[in-house]
Amino acid sequence: MRRFAALYRELDQSTGTLDKRAALAAYFRSAQPSDAAWALRLLSGGKIGGTKARIAASGELREWIAQVSGNAAWLIDESYSHVGDLAETLCLLLDDPATTAPDVPLSEWIEKRLLPIANADAERRRAVVVDAWQTLPFEQRLVFNKLLTGALRVGVSQRLVQQALAEISGVEIARIAQRMLGDWPPTPGFYTALLSQEGSAEDASQPFPFFLASQLDDVESLGDIADWVLEWKWDGIRLQLIRRGERIALWSRGEERLDGRFPEIEQAAAHLRHDAVIDGELLAWRAGDSAPLPFAALQTRIQRKKPGPKSLQEAPMRMLAYDLLELDGEDLRERPLHERRAKLRALLEEHADPRIVLSYDLEVADWSAARALRATARERGVEGIMLKRRGSAYQFGRKRGDWWKWKIDPLTIDAVLIYAQAGHGRRSTLFTDYTFALWQDDQLVPVAKAYSGLDDKEILALDRWIRAHTLEKFGPVRSVEPHHVFELGFEAVNKSTRHKSGIAVRFPRILRWRHDKPFAEADRLDTLKALAR
Amino acid sequence: MNARDLVVATPSGLYCTAGDFHIDPWKPVARAVITHGHGDHARLGMGEYYTSRAGLPILQWRLTGQTFHTFDYGESFDIGGARVSLHSAGHVLGSAQVRIEVDGEVWIVSGDYKRQPDPTCAPFEVVRCDTFITEATFGLPVYRWPRTSDVARDIVAWRDACAERGETAILYCYALGKSQRVLAELMAFTDRPAYTHGAIETGVHVYRAAGVSMLPTIAVGDQPRGTDFAGELVIAPPSAAGSAWLRRFRKAQHGFASGWMRIRGNRRRRNVDRGFVISDHADWPDLLRTVRETGARRVIATHGNTDALVRALNEEGIRTGTFETQFGEDD
Repeated sequence: MRRFAALYRELDQSTGTLDKRAALAAYFRSAQPSDAAWALRLLSGGKIGGTKARIAASGELREWIAQVSGNAAWLIDESYSHVGDLAETLCLLLDDPATTAPDVPLSEWIEKRLLPIANADAERRRAVVVDAWQTLPFEQRLVFNKLLTGALRVGVSQRLVQQALAEISGVEIARIAQRMLGDWPPTPGFYTALLSQEGSAEDASQPFPFFLASQLDDVESLGDIADWVLEWKWDGIRLQLIRRGERIALWSRGEERLDGRFPEIEQAAAHLRHDAVIDGELLAWRAGDSAPLPFAALQTRIQRKKPGPKSLQEAPMRMLAYDLLELDGEDLRERPLHERRAKLRALLEEHADPRIVLSYDLEVADWSAARALRATARERGVEGIMLKRRGSAYQFGRKRGDWWKWKIDPLTIDAVLIYAQAGHGRRSTLFTDYTFALWQDDQLVPVAKAYSGLDDKEILALDRWIRAHTLEKFGPVRSVEPHHVFELGFEAVNKSTRHKSGIAVRFPRILRWRHDKPFAEADRLDTLKALAR
Repeated sequence: MNARDLVVATPSGLYCTAGDFHIDPWKPVARAVITHGHGDHARLGMGEYYTSRAGLPILQWRLTGQTFHTFDYGESFDIGGARVSLHSAGHVLGSAQVRIEVDGEVWIVSGDYKRQPDPTCAPFEVVRCDTFITEATFGLPVYRWPRTSDVARDIVAWRDACAERGETAILYCYALGKSQRVLAELMAFTDRPAYTHGAIETGVHVYRAAGVSMLPTIAVGDQPRGTDFAGELVIAPPSAAGSAWLRRFRKAQHGFASGWMRIRGNRRRRNVDRGFVISDHADWPDLLRTVRETGARRVIATHGNTDALVRALNEEGIRTGTFETQFGEDD
């Protein structure tokens, strides 16, 4: 555990990517495979026992630390809200042990001490946790607490970890990324196979890492429009469909297997005339409709592991296919896009099933025609236009240059700040999570939360103002005097029965601080409702 | 407030009615007792200043051309109907608590204080009192200080690690007090001189003149253009962060020495590579310990996280209150 804790410290302290990568490589080069496998799991945002293995709930940790540190429960809560990170708070409330106990490896902590007590009675779980608090020095205690509270959040991307692993093993990073998709066990066997030069049977059943588009502000720099394939940017879930023989798998971009959730897509895939791996977008779309249903309809399906007949009927799924990554076992990713698209078109024309269709090319003569078309995006229920270089390979991760998303300008509204809450991590001691409201008669009704869009200077100024103008405290949340107005941008507005305001906004963020606008002149809720689909 | 209150909060600052004087006032008044030289406690514009003899050099540096009455720690003197004495607070060189006695009732105004050993100033003296007016800058139980010598060793190790990478180690410290304390603490682990920003060097001169031993220092400003500072430790005030002054250090890491660095979020917010937990204020255990040792039955908190301290003391059966002040929370 000492080595992993030291790695955590190095990652947490360094701001440079190169330093982080060097620290990761040094760790993995010398770690035992049993520890390295767990380290990889944790650095990838994984938890030690999944959701079902309870070792300590947040409330229990607070109760236990109150007892052990001799502080009242309210002082623990005050401390937590001041620090903004529970694992760190638990550490800060205790002094270091007088003597250092012999080091216990990370894998042993997890497999021999923590997992065996998962879901045991509270006394047993408490004993193990408190013993760790009283024997581990600060650095290790922090990592230990992170194991209990969830994610490490240490500013390391999956890609950086994979780069380090590629560096020490000589295995191509694309292969490592592919092997790490989906669920994998944190075992020495998996770790060894991950860094193995040999191809394995497992490799064949894995999906490909997704290629992601970058944000584009304008098309000026892109050159001749003839070099580009233009498609709508559909507002659904990115999906990879794998049909290899009898085997059909659906993967989300979050590397989650979606098997069983979208039976209509799986049925359609079963009838494909060839084995194929298709990249596309999943949308709720009724047969015969000219546009997809709003995102809210898709949302009703995302959470359902086994959709019932009603839900299948109300929000039927359709896959809009973007790309063909593999055909009859042949990896096409290095082929130019236009060639892959031609094969995809042929495959789907032969298939002729409305549940899997091509995301068609937009035919435009020049950039100004493209701009005009993009301006119609919102009324068509799409998010903008995708631009893909005709000759581009299917790469992975977010690499700038060949794939761009050219989104429509956001909808905007002027709203009043009414609540604030402290952020997490870097912003843990600042009020940075804001709730905004619009007028309905003479009431301000909350409509959106936003966390981003202000610069550091504005955040500091607003933080000071919030502290000086707090009306009431509800736990970590403060209500403030209605005074400041902000222009908010968002992608779409949907009707909602779950929100008090009756609407839900998509991707709200702060565009600017309207110092010039008195709060009485902020927008009315009705204005926003009129935009709802 | 009641008639027996020796000190009350007024718009000009804390005020002793019986003696007709203020303590660390923020508006011009006739008579000001000053606890220490930091800008939020010692301001210009007072008629007469009362201060500790040890603190005089700092006040003369910061408030030139004023009328000062100075007293040794523990020496009693009368202002109006109040008997006053100053007692060391352990915060910075010459810092003092103000003891006020009227008709057998004793109040202490502590100013800023700490209980950790500090080679640059006299240690905090526990003085029994009926009412203790305390700071609460770090008034939450997450604030517990490590041993300063451990932190000093970490600073030297950091400088050496920077040296291996050809980088300069720039350590931000408040110009008065913290910088000099760090320079003194470092002597146990290195004899390599430290470089200083101009704002730091002035304070270093005042401390050296008062007989405080510190690491040898070299003013950055005296070095010729193009000097290579790789591998050196540079002490700079926090205001230098992000300034053009930093351009001369081609490759550098940045550290900050402050009690606030106990929390990782604060370090990230300051955008520094390293935080060193070294504070001139009492941590939470020392705030509670100090109140107990003074025997005070009543405690009034002036600045910092007063809510938590007041409530915690209240639960121990101590009568509590707060004074709104304009004292800052820099450390």
